[in-house]
Amino acid sequence: MSKNNIQEELKKRILILDGAMGTMLQRYKFTEEDFRGERFKDWPTPVQGNNDMLSITQPDAIAQVHAKYFEAGADIVETNTFSGTTIAMADYGMEEFVYELNFESAKIAKKVALEFTALEPEKPRFVAGAIGPTNKTASMSPDVNDPGFRAISFDELRIAYKQQAKALIDGGVDILLVETVFDTLNAKAALFAIEEIKEERNIEIPVMVSGTITDASGRTLSGQTAEAFLISVGHLPLLSVGFNCALGAKQLTPYLEVVSGKSNFAISAYPNAGLPNAFGEYDETPEEMAAQIKEYLDKQLINIIGGCCGTTPEHISAIAQLVKEYKPRPLPQATNA
Amino acid sequence: MEADLNKAKKNETARFLRLSGLEPLIVTPESNFVNVGERTNVAGSRKFLRLINEEKFDEALDIARDQVEGGAQIIDINMDDGLIDGKKAMVTFLNLIAAEPDISRVPIMIDSSKWDIIEAGLQVVQGKCVVNSISLKEGEAEFIDHAKKIKRYGAAVIVMAFDEVGQADNYDRRIEIVKRSYDILVDQVGFPPEDIIFDLNIFPVATGMEEHRLNALDFIRATKWVKENLPHAHVSGGVSNVSFSFRGNNVVREAMHSVFLYHAIKAGMNIGIVNPTMLEVYDDIPKDLLEHVEDVILDRRDDATERLLDFAESVKGTAKEKTVDLSWREEPLQDRITRALVKGIDAYILEDVEEARLASEKPLHVIEGHLMTGMNVVGDLFGDGKMFLPQVVKSARVMKKAVAYLLPYIEEEKLKNPPPASEKEKSNLVLMATVKGDVHDIGKNIVSVVLACNNYEIIDLGVMVPPEKIIATAKEKNVDIIGLSGLITPSLDEMVFLAKEMKRQDFKVPLLIGGATTSKAHTAVKIDPEYPESVVHVNDASRAVTVVGDLLNPDSSVTYKAGIKEEYALFRERFLTRGKKRDFLTIEQARENKWKLDWDAFEAYKPNQLGIQVIEEFDLDKLVPYIDWSPFFRSWDLHGKYPDILEDDVVGAQAQELFADAKEILKKILDEKLLKAKAIFGLFPANTVNNDDIEIVTSGAVENEEKFIFRTLRQQSKKASGKPNIALSDFIAPKESGKQDYMGCFCVTAGFGTQELAVKYEAEHDDYNSIMVKALADRFAEAFAEYLHERVRKEHWGYASDEALNNDQLIKEEYKGIRPAPGYPACPDHLEKLTIWDVLQVKETIGVELTESLAMWPAASVSGYYFANPQARYFGLGKIKMDQVSDFANRKNIETRLAEKWLNPNISDD
Repeated sequence: MSKNNIQEELKKRILILDGAMGTMLQRYKFTEEDFRGERFKDWPTPVQGNNDMLSITQPDAIAQVHAKYFEAGADIVETNTFSGTTIAMADYGMEEFVYELNFESAKIAKKVALEFTALEPEKPRFVAGAIGPTNKTASMSPDVNDPGFRAISFDELRIAYKQQAKALIDGGVDILLVETVFDTLNAKAALFAIEEIKEERNIEIPVMVSGTITDASGRTLSGQTAEAFLISVGHLPLLSVGFNCALGAKQLTPYLEVVSGKSNFAISAYPNAGLPNAFGEYDETPEEMAAQIKEYLDKQLINIIGGCCGTTPEHISAIAQLVKEYKPRPLPQATNA
Repeated sequence: MEADLNKAKKNETARFLRLSGLEPLIVTPESNFVNVGERTNVAGSRKFLRLINEEKFDEALDIARDQVEGGAQIIDINMDDGLIDGKKAMVTFLNLIAAEPDISRVPIMIDSSKWDIIEAGLQVVQGKCVVNSISLKEGEAEFIDHAKKIKRYGAAVIVMAFDEVGQADNYDRRIEIVKRSYDILVDQVGFPPEDIIFDLNIFPVATGMEEHRLNALDFIRATKWVKENLPHAHVSGGVSNVSFSFRGNNVVREAMHSVFLYHAIKAGMNIGIVNPTMLEVYDDIPKDLLEHVEDVILDRRDDATERLLDFAESVKGTAKEKTVDLSWREEPLQDRITRALVKGIDAYILEDVEEARLASEKPLHVIEGHLMTGMNVVGDLFGDGKMFLPQVVKSARVMKKAVAYLLPYIEEEKLKNPPPASEKEKSNLVLMATVKGDVHDIGKNIVSVVLACNNYEIIDLGVMVPPEKIIATAKEKNVDIIGLSGLITPSLDEMVFLAKEMKRQDFKVPLLIGGATTSKAHTAVKIDPEYPESVVHVNDASRAVTVVGDLLNPDSSVTYKAGIKEEYALFRERFLTRGKKRDFLTIEQARENKWKLDWDAFEAYKPNQLGIQVIEEFDLDKLVPYIDWSPFFRSWDLHGKYPDILEDDVVGAQAQELFADAKEILKKILDEKLLKAKAIFGLFPANTVNNDDIEIVTSGAVENEEKFIFRTLRQQSKKASGKPNIALSDFIAPKESGKQDYMGCFCVTAGFGTQELAVKYEAEHDDYNSIMVKALADRFAEAFAEYLHERVRKEHWGYASDEALNNDQLIKEEYKGIRPAPGYPACPDHLEKLTIWDVLQVKETIGVELTESLAMWPAASVSGYYFANPQARYFGLGKIKMDQVSDFANRKNIETRLAEKWLNPNISDD
């Protein structure tokens, strides 16, 4: 049902995705103690920085962030689960909580979404389950002296992603979002897992894929051009494909032009608020960012737009205001290719 | 689902086969035949099998790389061999390929008859690959299961025309199986029809068996049926099977392949495995042979096989005496000009250009119109990997001749109608130069020619160009790009110097760096930081065109330049922080750990002839068998080992053609004695003194006795325990051993006459042969060094008088003793050449000079030392530390700063 629903919305207008979760959580200045909460007060290793865990220890803050983005005009918010796999959680020794944190994150976001939809039924709100890249790469060696070595296998990734995706679906997400793809093989493992779930449970769920072009070479970290990336993930019926992170809106334009012209899927983009300054901070203002996104709109490149690192509800609000005036990129007829 | 699929089946737009490596490959109905590289197949290549068996993955990767460089658009990888762990080999090899961007840019074809190998392969490749293959052989359930998984992994698939009953061997069975396969895949599995490739089984014809008569025709008809009835599906096959019964008669086989392909491609076959060296151009097949072959392929006569067999006897081995087909001379003018440029035929170009001139309003229009139209075709074919470098250089020769013919008319026209200043459109100017002190220009000339073909105007300042001249010319002519080339290590510093100078003088134009000694690492780490504008390392001619295009194209240059700058910054950062820092010994510690031979048991072989000997006017004929041809092909960007390269699937045809042209020039050089080979060498009493120096004594007579010292350099990086830190001096008995030892040094050249001959060709607008002459002179010099070393071992020194090695073994250095050359890994400092020149009086005697960067002139020269100790071996010095540099300077009595300059490429940054 949700697929048709969001498909219908996509035909009508450009949908707004939320901005950064991490940037917003920084405003709370959570301490090690806050991160631990009651639940993990005796956890043996430091957990500060494990943002995903806040869905369990600080659920109100997470709900507030989602609400702020919905207020700013977002149609879709992402769950707070970027690192929600056993592979990424191994950094904190918290693999055993993966199901719970994904499930809870989905529930929190869905609850907020339903509240907003109830207030404004003509603008239904959606939740996308965020599935990050993990901190390991399946097609590159971490050891320059041993190029044939791999720190992780396809099957290890598939199993970890499957667990995360199941929990997100159980928690009620409307969409799965495989994002910040810097190694296409990792993404293919996630998509493989999702297909398995769809078959086993006999369900449909829309899937978004968002790659990351790491620099002006125009390639992913694993070396693919934008078009090669598109071809490598295009074997499944996706809701959308696009790019996020690493670059600002302006730098992302040429790669969006490539995929926009060559894909039958909807196109998504959620760039950073410019490039980081010398201190690693993003200082592009909402107005500056919106001005650059105007080019996407003038060229009809996108169907879904939002923000990544450094973006805030103010950015999303500026973008949402701007987007109202524009038509979405026309969606090609054949929807399953 | 069902409705969607039916809709999809009907939807004709954009249902193309899309594959990807790091880059996309899209097969549209307009695409040319997609050739699959198949040398990385243990079942098809004995060499590849051996390399995989011996786990020589580096060399196995070279095979893959050669294929991609040669134009393969997909590479097929097969590890099905009884003695190999196929799954492990597949995964290992694919993982290694993923780390080689120049290979992994193309899509992979995972080829196995075992599903577990296919699946293991699918799990390690990020791009969209092709599975080769699945079929209904084991029944529908397994077929569906595998197809579903392939779809889920995101790959296309080759489906064999094979079912539970067996392989399809006639038209009806082919149709029956492919129809059933297609319907199951599309309707039950939901497999995208554009991702299905049918292998319709190519079987031999003319076998003498009645039931094989229709083998080719059935394939072709079935192909047509597939294209007409199974929307979006593709057809492939391995072509060489069809001519199986004519093994040994390549004339007929080549004709059969091209006839078969001609008809199969017309019917719709668009992907396949074809060995291009086993292919005749359809239009070039003699009419009578064509008729006989088509009779067989298309089954046009009952006695077709017998007639072809009879006819085959008559064409056996006469392949190379084909009459020239001139029917193209009947075509329209533009087609003729284009053909002349593409094929590099200069016989008629002046005639055609004259015709074009008479028909054009202005003579300039012939260049801008007719000739550029043709050159654009050349550029496109080269860009698509359908033409190879030597062919492009030949095209340029035709172009130059045509332009030279038109120039007087253009000048005349200008006098009559001077163009208004505003109309003078400036074409892009590229300045090319081999830097100060360096004389090597083959690569630079090739890049110049290729750029000129692509409509850039080239200012070539030649060799040994001082930086002031480069700067002054660049300013005066207002050039758009500067390209620097160099082969010897001191040239690297010249390039750094030039970059600094360009910055100081506020240049804005991009700087290209190329030549054998240059590297991306050196460019990124040493040159790029010195010049704020673009610096790009370009080491092959085909890349030069795209790089220059990207740099000068106003639409893309800003992004491209920023991208390059960032790429090099990143590369530099990675390079400088790479891995663990190497540990070094002090020079004293390294000497402690020198290679200690057992000098007590040692007895030196006294040379039969001590002293210096000169060879003037050596007969080049004797050197021909000693030529190592592989580097010759490499200088033309054709990669592979001779003689295998002549049979290479991708570049073989081109290599054969180049080889034939080379032999023609070679014959001319030999017949007319156009090059002069000379040599000088000496064998002397020698002993090591103070660890790292070798003292030699020249001349026998005591009163004329003179001592010289060769300074050697010692490896300084920390070795695994038990491994020594070697210097060349370790191969000579130390003085304190009390044993008299010997060593030698030499200089050979085949370069005299090269320059004159090259200039003569250039004057005739024939860069192809100019480059050819230089490349051959280089080969002669190397062959001479090899030859002389052998004579020295067997006669003049005589320690290996019973040696019997063939050229292959010589190339593999299987002889006893070594002949290391200053400037190469064992002794990378060029300074010791000065000592050799002193000892042998090289310049005075045979005329070979040293430039300020200590390059030899003429360039086709080789110099070095002789060591006879059976334990002596080639090694690389590697990086050294400043303590050894100061020590070396002290020993040579030169300033440390000077030593540092010369040894710079070998001094460790750590």
